[in-house]
Amino acid sequence: MSVVETKALVKRFGDVVAVNSIDLRIEEGEFLVLLGPSGSGKTSLLRMVAGLEKPSDGQILIGGKDVTFMPPRARNLSMVFQSYALYPHMNVFRNISFPLKAEGLPYEERKKKVEWAASIFGIEHLLHRKPRQLSGGQRQRVALARAVVREPGVFLLDEPLSNLDAQLRATARDEIKQFQRRIGTTTIYVTHDQVEAMGMGDRIAVMHLGNMHQLGTPQELYREPADTFVATFLGSPPMNLVKKDSCIIGFHPEHFLPEDVLHPETATFSFAFEVTRVEYLGADRFLYGMVQGAEGPTRIISKVPSLVTLNFEAGRKYTFVVQESDLKYFDHASGKRIPPLPFTTVEPTAQAVVS
Amino acid sequence: MTNGNYILRQVARYGLIYAIVTLFAVFAALPFFQMLVIAFKSDADFNNPRENIPFWFNEAPTNEHLTYLLEETQYLTFIWNSLLIGVFVVGITLVFATPAAYSLARLTGRQGERLGILIFLVYLIPPTLLFIPMSRVVSFLELQNSKWALVVIYPTFTIPFCTWLLFGFMKTIPKDIEEQAMVDGYSRFGAMLRVVLPLALPGLLTVVVFSFMLTLHEYIYALAFTTTSSEKPISVGVTTELVRGDVFFWQSLMAAAVFVALPIAVIYNLFLNRFVSGLTMGAVKG
Amino acid sequence: MPAVLYIVLLVGVPFALSIAYSFSDVTIGDQSIDFVGLETYERVVDNPVFQTSLVNNFRFTLFSQVLVTTLSIILALALAQDFPGKWFFRFLILLPWVTPIALGTVGWLYMLDTIYSPFDYVLRELGFLANVEGKGGFVRGLTDSLQSLGLVESDTALKLNCQVRGEREVCFFNMQWLGQDQTALGSVIAVHVWRMLPLSTVIVLAGLTSIPKDIRDAVAVDGVGHLRAFFEVTLPLIAPITGIATLFGLIYTFTDVTVIAVLTKGNPANETQVLPYWAYLKGIQGTNLAEGAAIALFMFPFLLVIAVLVLRFISRREVT
Repeated sequence: MSVVETKALVKRFGDVVAVNSIDLRIEEGEFLVLLGPSGSGKTSLLRMVAGLEKPSDGQILIGGKDVTFMPPRARNLSMVFQSYALYPHMNVFRNISFPLKAEGLPYEERKKKVEWAASIFGIEHLLHRKPRQLSGGQRQRVALARAVVREPGVFLLDEPLSNLDAQLRATARDEIKQFQRRIGTTTIYVTHDQVEAMGMGDRIAVMHLGNMHQLGTPQELYREPADTFVATFLGSPPMNLVKKDSCIIGFHPEHFLPEDVLHPETATFSFAFEVTRVEYLGADRFLYGMVQGAEGPTRIISKVPSLVTLNFEAGRKYTFVVQESDLKYFDHASGKRIPPLPFTTVEPTAQAVVS
Repeated sequence: MTNGNYILRQVARYGLIYAIVTLFAVFAALPFFQMLVIAFKSDADFNNPRENIPFWFNEAPTNEHLTYLLEETQYLTFIWNSLLIGVFVVGITLVFATPAAYSLARLTGRQGERLGILIFLVYLIPPTLLFIPMSRVVSFLELQNSKWALVVIYPTFTIPFCTWLLFGFMKTIPKDIEEQAMVDGYSRFGAMLRVVLPLALPGLLTVVVFSFMLTLHEYIYALAFTTTSSEKPISVGVTTELVRGDVFFWQSLMAAAVFVALPIAVIYNLFLNRFVSGLTMGAVKG
Repeated sequence: MPAVLYIVLLVGVPFALSIAYSFSDVTIGDQSIDFVGLETYERVVDNPVFQTSLVNNFRFTLFSQVLVTTLSIILALALAQDFPGKWFFRFLILLPWVTPIALGTVGWLYMLDTIYSPFDYVLRELGFLANVEGKGGFVRGLTDSLQSLGLVESDTALKLNCQVRGEREVCFFNMQWLGQDQTALGSVIAVHVWRMLPLSTVIVLAGLTSIPKDIRDAVAVDGVGHLRAFFEVTLPLIAPITGIATLFGLIYTFTDVTVIAVLTKGNPANETQVLPYWAYLKGIQGTNLAEGAAIALFMFPFLLVIAVLVLRFISRREVT
């Protein structure tokens, strides 16, 4: 259980900057998710922490010790790979005990620890199988058991769920989170799936093109996105962005509702919303359509809960509103979050109504 | 401090790697280097092995031995024979191996692969096992002491090998593409000619290079079936005609060997990766 | 398929013919096949040269393949790394394989020559080889120690070469690499290793690069030392393909005739004779086709074993 710190960490591959000066501090026992699309540098960052990649610049500290130039095995961490990287020629028992063997533990102790790790993930009955005889979910558990068995200071997980099918993924997500809570080991988890990130992370670091865009709890990220990238990367469907003359305004689809439904506590902001398509998803309805932005029509989405029984038809226009408190403002050029503008000045097309 | 250790480890690592590869590279390349040097050594320089460094020129290099080789020996005849044999063998190999590989690749299921492996095993039957009865075949065809005997015999090992190589290439061409062509109104043969063959072109090129190389490497058949020097291909010609009894024409001999060997090495190297993937096909993926 | 027909005609027929030959008394002069039962085999086996050849075949093959396999793994491990100038080293290391064997071996013919060998020059310069200055001026180098190592049998095994240089006569000793039993065997093995190493290395290298990157990373993170990682992970994973490489190598070396034909022709006194060249000498040069065929057929059981092993390797791969 250690604090992991990166200081101005940089990784360049030739001319490409994969990781651009990242400062990050992962607290003891914290579950930190590195979230970003492919090519965002999240895996490079993780591999540098693991010691599998040498930083071009900067420092890595684990438990206060500078490990920048140490090989992986001197860092007391364990890693679960996307492909699980089980040793194909060893059975499950030997796979799990392999890191212990490296420490030179006697057989009896190894056996005890392997059984303990196997019991955490419910794979005691598989110990004598070879990896190729296991299902995807079982392999993933073996990989986790192998990571746990050493009781390392830090866990690194590199998209460990991406090879599982959707149903398994949900249960596995839950399992990983629970065992991490129980053992309390500092964990860094890389994923490109925002649902995973939101569900599992104590904090999430959103990365894009080598830069860290925001670091915060899932709630902070969702409620107060630092820029348009974070805003559009989180949430499903993501935040709507509409260009206005001096800024971009953003609001979540579930905050964009028919005028008659909303009982506003603050001022509201209304749009003429032309619905082009309606999607029924049981609990919600998604309305796809257009509003008029500063640079012409903009596609946006509304998420209407099933409690609302109003009828919507494609091709018709409705008046939809957003509460002022749910509006976020972003800078036109940089995409960065800016303080709310007095919105009466914003408005040529949509009208501000004070109720 | 940690940084220092890191650098030390890297230095040790690279040191070890370079030490290993240098050692092996010297072992591998030394004979060729020697051949190059000796080929241009003057007689006076060469004939004083007690005092003169063998690895470099102690007196001005000369090309008189190269001239001798080209003008006074049948070196050029040997090269010409090798080329002739190579071209004909490549032709025969392509004609037989291409349809064979195609039909193997299109056989469904394991069957094709099994047959392919069987054909590959034929390639592993060494010439040294067969060259004696082969002499009977040669005399039956009335090709004793003729390079044409080699043209007939060499395909026995180039066809199996090249069928195997091509089989691998053809398997990677999706069947859909060919079926698309057949749906578009071509016959199976037309589809093979217009769609499969162009796609297999890199494979065919590799086969051309390798069957040619195999004919250059072959030794025992050539040794057994060509006895007059005007019929000998390069490897037998050089080793039997230029090495006569105890009288060695060392410089010419070295020149003869190295000036064929090096160009071949360069061409071969260009096709190496394909060769390896063909040879280890399957064995690696498992 | 015409290809199958071609191969059957030109491989199957000779093979059947060679079995027929071996039970008959065919010579180049008298091509009629008269069956004589096992007589030819008896004559072949009784010949001491055949016995040496058979032993030599195994000696050459086993010694060189053990060396080739071990060295190729070391070399492949080095070549699997990234380092500046790699292509150049690779080119040099592959040279022996990509040039016609006979021509490459010619280079060794010079390297191991009785008078001109550069190895001798180095040994002489280092004082390892007895040195003669003119007549009588006899400086013993470390020839004695060479003798005690069994590399040199006696002074007479070393060849004394004398040349007239101007006023004086210069004499010097040479190793006669190809002229003594022990060194000739060693030399032939070394040349076989030289020749087979590149192919084997390339195949092992292909095996190494096919190990998934994640596995290699996992080994690093699991905190395993280099040696343990090699023996417990890398080696088992490349074992199948290394096995294939070794089997290829065994076949090539066991049936190779070129190195012997160019280097020693079986000399000294048939001490380095091997089956295929002996078959050539008997069958083609000695015109006794029957004996030649019988000698060559003695290689067949060995090849059969190897072929079966290759097939088993391949079928095991199909299962997994």
